[in-house]
This record gives sequence, structure tokens and C-alpha cells, in this order.
Amino acid sequence: MLSEATLRKIDREVSKYPDDQKQSAVMAALVFAQEEKGWLANATISYVASYLELSEMAVFEVASFYNMYNLAPVGKYKLTVCTNLPCALSGGVHAADYLKSKLGIGFNETTPDGKFTLKEGECMGACGDAPVMLVNNHHMRCFMTPEEIDQLLAECK
Amino acid sequence: MAILEAINPTLTAGWHQPDLRDMNRDTGWRLKDYEARGGYQALKKVISDKLSQDQVIAEVKTSVLRGRGGAGFPTGLKWSFMPKGAPEKYIVCNTDEGEPGTFKDRDIMRLDPHSVIEGMIIAGYAVGATRGYNYIHGEVYELYQRFEEALDEARAAGYLGKNVLGAGFDFDLFAHQGYGAYICGEETALLESIEGKKGQPRYKPPFPANVGLYGKPTTINNTESLASIPYILRSGGQSFLDLGKPNNGGTKLFSVSGHVNKPGNFEVPMGTPFATLLEMAGGVRAGRKLKAVIPGGSSAPVLPADLIMDCTLDYDSIAKAGSMLGSGAVIVMDETVCMVQALERLSWFYYEESCGQCTPCREGTGWLYKVIHRIEHGLGRPEDIDLLNDVAGNIMGRTICALGDAAALPVRSFVKHFRSEFEYHIEHKKCLVPRDVQKAGSTFHTRLMAGALC
Repeated sequence: MLSEATLRKIDREVSKYPDDQKQSAVMAALVFAQEEKGWLANATISYVASYLELSEMAVFEVASFYNMYNLAPVGKYKLTVCTNLPCALSGGVHAADYLKSKLGIGFNETTPDGKFTLKEGECMGACGDAPVMLVNNHHMRCFMTPEEIDQLLAECK
Repeated sequence: MAILEAINPTLTAGWHQPDLRDMNRDTGWRLKDYEARGGYQALKKVISDKLSQDQVIAEVKTSVLRGRGGAGFPTGLKWSFMPKGAPEKYIVCNTDEGEPGTFKDRDIMRLDPHSVIEGMIIAGYAVGATRGYNYIHGEVYELYQRFEEALDEARAAGYLGKNVLGAGFDFDLFAHQGYGAYICGEETALLESIEGKKGQPRYKPPFPANVGLYGKPTTINNTESLASIPYILRSGGQSFLDLGKPNNGGTKLFSVSGHVNKPGNFEVPMGTPFATLLEMAGGVRAGRKLKAVIPGGSSAPVLPADLIMDCTLDYDSIAKAGSMLGSGAVIVMDETVCMVQALERLSWFYYEESCGQCTPCREGTGWLYKVIHRIEHGLGRPEDIDLLNDVAGNIMGRTICALGDAAALPVRSFVKHFRSEFEYHIEHKKCLVPRDVQKAGSTFHTRLMAGALC
């Protein structure tokens, strides 16, 4: 259900914690599962649960509590824009509006070709670099003027 | 452009400037660079001088280093709460930096990760912990990866693992990644999260020093607090204290965001006038007039321009003015900002991030947002201002953790200092700040399209 490479990454996480505390690795395990599958289907959550010897509900609770997990399919590129106050004071809302008009979608929507999903994010801890956005959770882009956004979209093949 | 400047740098001395376009091109953060600027000398001094655990804690107490995460609790005192003799103890670093306006720990982790590692090893030695975890904000995944690399370097050099530098004590350290939950910045929610659970805060007492991670005694410190430890042990607690002012030791990083010409992180001595920091940040954008400042992250009460301009940057001065130094996140707003709209966005944040455990917070944050939203959208009622104060008052002090207070304090302070703007919105169904002024300020003005008054 998950690749060998993903399972080895999960094993490495398990080794960070005391022997009887496998559950501590669940957040990382879900991150790796999501990286492989794109989103966390119930079957994926069940598999992670059985691999870490946890109840399915314990794993689902984690997957549904933290907002960077995708509990539904997303586009190939998930763009999350921070619109919290410090970012908004420096153009965060503009950046989001620009993306909406370029992509023809609103927040929590995916383009018909399945390429882009747009999300509204909360503080990413980079307010001095606003506007700030995340690409697929793990890559932060800063100072996102319309020109920078155009360049980012062009990079997303 | 986010920049980094300092007066009397201690924490940031020797740091390279961040690469503004691509953090993978940052330099100066690796082990060899850290050692070249005196890194790990503090740890070596603790070992060569054979300092006892109590001596290390005493030095930190002398420094009057106060917790840089927001609460300002003296770090040395916190360490002294750890019970002696317990077989399994933990040190946890809180790098879950998600308080709107705060981005100092990001630069520490980005440009000087080994200072956090060295601080944690010394902390581990002082409290008798053999294992540590650094909990890193999910949104800065690239820094989590960098920290993992720094850990590998430290392990290979013998700073981590069994028998650290041959000194006869063990300490190992691991990174734990968050994945999007503001509440995990609360220390007991963070512990729950490391344990692989929902990040819902625990009742206190018992405090983590007695029942912490996996039920074992645990000390949790902020990233900047831990990064300040090497200087204190290298140069002495008194030297650190002397950098700041009495009861407010050292220098501190201030993150300045919003309407300034040069947003960024600034390291200044505690007690520096606010006006000096504003000047370092290039002054108010486009020469406009300062309207208000949130001095310590979004949870701190807002202060109008005349109050903040008289403050110095230390816990006591800002508290006297009616706010909190908090995490040192300074959010600057100029005259183009509608305070109702600004508060609407903050209230949405607390509503979104309430963990749902305590009814006053779960329900109250929703009420606060809904009422502010309707005022902002021309549907406010004259009694709404009292209602906001009432709901805020019913949250404060009635929740397990401080998120409830954090949601209520901005509401109370915005209404207190800018009541006329709320009244104007309700009465005239439009904003006190003229539209063309707001547009010139380039804040939220595109929301005009969505039916907002501002």
C-alpha cells in the first residue's frame, strides 16, 4: 500500500522516539504517505495505522486535526497563500486575488485540468517576507508580487 | 525586503544575511561556520570548567534571560523546577512559530541552527535530560530539513550522542515536524503533538517539569531562549544582563512587519526605545502617519501610536502601556488601515485555530468573528460593541490554555482604543477611513469586491 522507500522513511522517524512510543512517528508517517499518494484516503490512513500498530481512529484524529494534510484529492500543485493580518498589510490578499483571477478558481477549488488547488493559509512565520505562499506544503516562496507569481506558475509544469 | 540588522549583536553576531530569493543559497549556517565564530565554546567551557548543573542554572538566572516565546518567564527559574534524580527527563525546544507577526525563530533556524543545538545540549546537561526534541513549525519544512542536516553534523563531531565530547554525559537530539496547527505553540499541546496526538492543551498543574513528555519531567523553552544560552555561558550571565536593563536581560530579536519601509528582524538591547526600532525598520511606509502597533504578536493588545511611541522595548514598559512584549513581533499599521477590518481578520484566525476543547473558546471565537464580520459588512447593531466586550469577557480566564485570552485581548483593545471606528461602521454603514485613503495604503482593499465596507 505504501512503497518500500516511504516505509523506510517512516522507520527512520520511529527510531527517533523511545521504543514504546511509536505513535510519535504518526505525523511524519502521514506526511510521507501524503507525499507518495497526493492525499490521505481512508485506506491510506488505515494502512499507516496498521503499520504503526495504532487504531485507525487515532490516526484519523491526527490527519483531520492538522491542516496541512489533504483529506481530499488536490491538484498537482497546491498553493497556500497566507492572508493573515501582517501579510495582508503587505499585499497577501492581493496575491491571493491575483492567483484567483489567473487560475479562474477560488479558495478550496481545483482547476479543471487538475493542475492547481488554491488554499487560504494562516501564519507561516515569515511575515517580513510577505506576500508568502507554500507550494505543496514544503516549499516556501516569498515576496510574491504578480511578476513572481507569473514566474512560479510558469515553473509549475 | 526582509533584512537583518542589530545594535550590540550577540545572538546574531557573525550571521550571514539570508538569501532573499532562494534559501538554498544561504551561507554561514554550517558547523564549521558556527565554530569559526566561537560556536560550541560555551559547551566546552562548561565541560572544562567542570561546572555543576546548579552552577549552569545559576548563571542563567543571573542573566535574567526571560522566555522569548511570549510569556517572559525567567529561563533559569524554569530550569530549576526540574526534579533532581528522575531517571528520564526531556528538553523540548518550541520552534512552532505561528503567532502572526513573529518570524524571528525562522531566521535563527535558518542562519544559526547550531546555536539552538548548543543551547539545548547545555540545557540538557543543566536539568539532567538525556534526550531532546525540537518541534518545528510545519510551514517551514525546508528549515526542518536544514536542522536535520545540522544535527547530523553535530552528531558526527561528537557534540551529540553517548558521552558528549568525552565528558561522561549522554545527550541526543531529534527534530519533530508540526503540520499546521497554531495551538501547538502552546507547550502542553506541543507535547501532545510529539506524542502523536491531536494538539490539545493539557490541564496545568501538573506542570511539564513534573509530568511532561511521555509523562516524564520536561523543560520546554523557546528557540530564541535556547539560542541565547551559549552567549550566557561563554561571556557570563552578568554580561548578558548588562546588555539590557534590570529585570530584562540581554538583547532580543524583534520581527517588524506591516507598514514599514524595511520589514525584517532586528536585534536590539532590551529597553531600546520603540522609536529607534521603527527608525531601523525604515520608518512608516511612504512617509505616512503611524496609526497603531501590535507590539508582541497578534495576541497582544493593540496600542495607538501615541502610547507605543513612548514605550521602550522591554517586558515592563510595554506592560505598563497596557500590552505585552510577547514574542517581540511588532505589527505596524499606518493611517490607511481600517481597524474593524484588521480585527475581523485576526478574529477569523482565532476561530479557525481554536482546538475546540473548551466551550468558551470554541463557541466564543465564532461569536467574536461573526459579530465583527457583520459590523464590517454594514449589518452591525448598536449593541454589538457591548456584545463583543461581553463575549470576550466570558472567554477570558475560562479556558484550559491561553488561546482564549489571546482571542479576546485583541478584541478588547481594538474596541477600547478605536471605539469610534466601530461606532462609525455601525451607524453609517461605511468606514471612517475614506476609501481612497485605504486604497492608497494597499492593504485589503480588493475585498471591496466581496461586499466589505472597507
